[in-house]
Amino acid sequence: MLADLPLLSFTIWTPIIGGFLVLMSGDKTPNVSRWLALFVAVLTFVISLPLYSDFDSQQVAMQFVERASWISQFNIEYYLGVDGISMPLILLTTFITILVLIAGWEVIQSKPSQYMAAFLIMEGIMVGVFSALDGVLFYVFWEAMLIPMFLIIGIWGGPNRVYATIKFFLYTFLGSVLMLVALIYMYYQSGSFDVLGFQRMPLNMTEQVLIFLAFLLAFAVKVPMWPVHTWLPDAHVEAPTGGSVILAAIMLKIGGYGFLRFSLPITPDASRELDWLMISLSLVAVVYIGFVALVQKDMKKLIAYSSISHMGFVTLGFFTVFMIAANSQANGGELLGMSGGMVQMVSHGFISAAMFLCVGVMYDRLHSRMIKDYGGVVNSMPIFAAFFVFFAMANAGLPGTSGFVGEFMVIIASFRADIWFAVLAATTLIIGAAYTLWMVKRVVFGEAGNEAVATMKDLNKREVLVLSTLLFAVLALGLSPAPLIDVMNTSIENLLSHIVISKIPG
Amino acid sequence: MDMKSIYLTIVLLPLLGALIAGLTCRVIPRALAHWITISSVALSCGLSLYVGKLFLLDHQEVFNQTIYTWMVVDGLHLQVGFLVDTLTAVMISVVTFVSLMVHIYTIGYMSHDEGYQRFFSYIALFTFAMLMLVMSNNFLQLFFGWEAVGLVSYLLIGFYVKRESAIFANMKAFIVNRVGDFGFILGIAAVAMYFGSLDYVEVFNKAPQLSDTSLSIMGDGSWSVLTVICILLFVGAMGKSAQVPLHVWLPDSMEGPTPISALIHAATMVTAGIFMVARMSPLYELSPTALSFVLIIGATTAFFMGLIGIVQNDIKRVIAYSTLSQLGYMVVALGVSAYAAGIFHLMTHAFFKALLFLAAGSVIIGMHHDQDIRNMGNIRKYMPITYVTFLIGTLALIGFPGFAGFFSKDAIISAVHASSLAGSGYAYWMVLAGVFVTALYSFRLFFIVFHGKERMDDHTREHLKESPWVVTLPLILLAIPSIFIGALAIEPLLFGPLFEGVIKVLPQHDVLETLREEFHGIGAFVLHGMMEPPFWLAMGGLFTAWFVYMKKPQMSEDIKQRLLPLYNILDNKYGFDDFNQKLFAGGSRALGSLLWKGGDVVLIDGLAVNGSAKSIGWFSSILRHIQTGYLYHYAMVMIVALLALLFWFV
Repeated sequence: MLADLPLLSFTIWTPIIGGFLVLMSGDKTPNVSRWLALFVAVLTFVISLPLYSDFDSQQVAMQFVERASWISQFNIEYYLGVDGISMPLILLTTFITILVLIAGWEVIQSKPSQYMAAFLIMEGIMVGVFSALDGVLFYVFWEAMLIPMFLIIGIWGGPNRVYATIKFFLYTFLGSVLMLVALIYMYYQSGSFDVLGFQRMPLNMTEQVLIFLAFLLAFAVKVPMWPVHTWLPDAHVEAPTGGSVILAAIMLKIGGYGFLRFSLPITPDASRELDWLMISLSLVAVVYIGFVALVQKDMKKLIAYSSISHMGFVTLGFFTVFMIAANSQANGGELLGMSGGMVQMVSHGFISAAMFLCVGVMYDRLHSRMIKDYGGVVNSMPIFAAFFVFFAMANAGLPGTSGFVGEFMVIIASFRADIWFAVLAATTLIIGAAYTLWMVKRVVFGEAGNEAVATMKDLNKREVLVLSTLLFAVLALGLSPAPLIDVMNTSIENLLSHIVISKIPG
Repeated sequence: MDMKSIYLTIVLLPLLGALIAGLTCRVIPRALAHWITISSVALSCGLSLYVGKLFLLDHQEVFNQTIYTWMVVDGLHLQVGFLVDTLTAVMISVVTFVSLMVHIYTIGYMSHDEGYQRFFSYIALFTFAMLMLVMSNNFLQLFFGWEAVGLVSYLLIGFYVKRESAIFANMKAFIVNRVGDFGFILGIAAVAMYFGSLDYVEVFNKAPQLSDTSLSIMGDGSWSVLTVICILLFVGAMGKSAQVPLHVWLPDSMEGPTPISALIHAATMVTAGIFMVARMSPLYELSPTALSFVLIIGATTAFFMGLIGIVQNDIKRVIAYSTLSQLGYMVVALGVSAYAAGIFHLMTHAFFKALLFLAAGSVIIGMHHDQDIRNMGNIRKYMPITYVTFLIGTLALIGFPGFAGFFSKDAIISAVHASSLAGSGYAYWMVLAGVFVTALYSFRLFFIVFHGKERMDDHTREHLKESPWVVTLPLILLAIPSIFIGALAIEPLLFGPLFEGVIKVLPQHDVLETLREEFHGIGAFVLHGMMEPPFWLAMGGLFTAWFVYMKKPQMSEDIKQRLLPLYNILDNKYGFDDFNQKLFAGGSRALGSLLWKGGDVVLIDGLAVNGSAKSIGWFSSILRHIQTGYLYHYAMVMIVALLALLFWFV
């Protein structure tokens, strides 16, 4: 019954329209806008829940499909639908947005209604990205996403926000221009912008490689992959806490999602041909960035680098598929790597959100992100310290937390591609623990670093609510990943069955 | 109650206790916190001992069941489940018993500490994690327990969160353990790939089929898959069970409160590696190369770490180095396929080493938390119960005939002697010399602390008295098995059919067979032992300690001066710490800075990103000159261009 309603449209447009309502409520009555925004976010989350409960995890085809003609001259459609890959990411978006709004509650005093509105509009657009099945619709959402984020960093950001926003904008914008070219090229070949049609369309190797590279630039910037990652630490540092959370928890996932929805199924042969490149970049991200994270002095930068390193597991899991398939000794394992990459994305959504929120909690009190300005936080904020240590452990991939699941799956999968991939990937156990715990040691433990730290107030109820919700999510996914794996399985299997078949005509 | 519920209760009760005490640690009164955790662990211990009895006496059936499915992906079934057999039964009995003793002891030891409730929550949580580890029926849950005990160890070493040395030690412990886990997880990855399963029974059954499979790691060199798997898994054990060169964290872990040094860093967690290898005996048996590797690492640890114990002056650190050395003995036993002897020593060691630590803790309470043995002396006068129990622990440790350690250590040494594995010659000399060293450092400690001159200050002396009953009771309860458990358990554990079908030993590796043939009862075993070199070496060590530290106290200083280079080497712990600190810690930071400043900041941002932005800026600044806005400039250009075109076309 619910499946007959245009649920995806509701999930996209409720927060966008709600966002404009919040915007109109103005800053004179900040509490009205806050509660209204929260109401809209919760409503959106509730609307998105049937996407999970009514999801048929055995079905290969897209679900909750909505299809209408949009610009008929160019055969552009308003075409939405989800499968097991995009549905969990949509729920992640609607879930995290609520937390972000609560986290910004009284922290944001300047233009609160606009702040809340920006996040709501952002939410709708991101859901749109995950559910669009028409190339142009996808592209519109993709680019539209930049605007609210640009404003969030530019208005509520730190002192160096102008540099950060410009860098962020140019990086992501330049990345996506070539994607548009690729989409238009495929439109001329197939006569429509239907993404599933692109996936079925035969393409010769040259075309595939060019399309693959065009997409690669767009998605690699978003993930971000080394060496197009340097916008992320700057953006994080300047962004307000909520902006960092959305950036890390959801926007980065759009890159990973793009590989699964576009690169791999549309250009499988080019993906196989260039998998060495993708694997190398992923491993560089895991190892190189891990070392870089170690020496960061700014907590947000450290977590930003840690994000890049963790996202390396996502792309590693996705692109080792071909070598695993080619290894006769491997006993399967392609599915393991891909699902591992997906789990890593969802898990990173929780953990990075929590880590940035933790830094935000400290920043709200001391207005510094520098490690050296802290020390001995546990003395004045014991409850906070318990949360922070927990999330740090999750970040270091402790079994029982969600951080372990994806890393574990990708490591045991990449072992089947080449033992050395697994060796390099597994170094994250050491480096990840080193940079995370070293930060914890310097920030949380020890004698109170200075007078200001000694008088910091422990978490208030609102902060406890937000962090314990994330703690619960991290534990639930870590202790029982089966529900997530089960909804993805059929879709990933289907994807795999597509990408092992060559699309080169003749 | 059916067996499944019993096992679940054993595991979950301590977790429940930990959660209640932990979540309410800021509001509940102290007594309530310890009653909740102690009763949960006591119940768990009672049930474990009951299970132990069922397995050891009543031949209970092996239990192997899934509790819930963690995930199924790509044909790989990952589950949480229990495998309970005799090996598990021994382990859970030891773990919960020692844990219970430590819980009770903590009431006294931590009585003045503000983190009292939190501490109880941690040790109960530890008990849960350790039980998950030993009761697992698959590699995934093993790894969960493995890391979870590491987490609690981290929290407890750094329990005194304000102390710089403590928070350095806990980070070091976690990271060094992660180096081991790096190997461990690769081992698990290899198991998952070649066996297509992480379930123990499935893996063990399939192992013989893989004995000829090989994989190439680099170039043409090909390795037996099983050897690679066994060595990788053992790297994990080297971390957790503190074997050279991954031992560096254990001495530093003494920064934690003494009860956890007894529980975690002596009796239980550090023996997880021993347990793991014994559990994996069906794999290790198929790889003599891996066994030799295990043997050599263990023998090296057993002797060289014992040596360091001689020069330490912190009461807990002496015992910590002793633990390293004894873990080495257990690993040696594993290396020569005498897994049962390793487990036997694990068990006796758990009792007498927990006893030694707790007794040392009792001394520390008396000394007002001064741990330097140079400030002690003649404490037997003030603390008689501590004195006697410490002596019992020491005798058990050096393997004095009749005491628990005698049986287990003798079994190991005889087993090494009987082995023909590559490296067993080296190992034999190491463990033999180790006996002398053990007796020397143990009795050095004993004499300096409990005998001789009273070197403490007057204030301390006035308050020096025996600890309360909550402290001495666990000492007495641990002293009993430290005397008798060896004599009681040797026959069933080593010579009986107890581990049949649990621990696998190939006939050609069965070194305990010789021992079994020569075994004619406890009395004969003890008498025979007194004619063997280990006994005389232990006596030699005891005597040397007495002579140097009691008879001629100034002699130790003389020896130190004469052997200064050797002393310095030992005092620097062979330089492992400096080496790691400079090369690994310093090197990583330097590399990190290089990659960040050189790679990200200069190359990517400086050259590529800002560079292209700048060059666009530069280019446009040139172009800007063309648009001057003066009409005569434009007119000039037009005329020149027209002329040029004219010439071109004409």
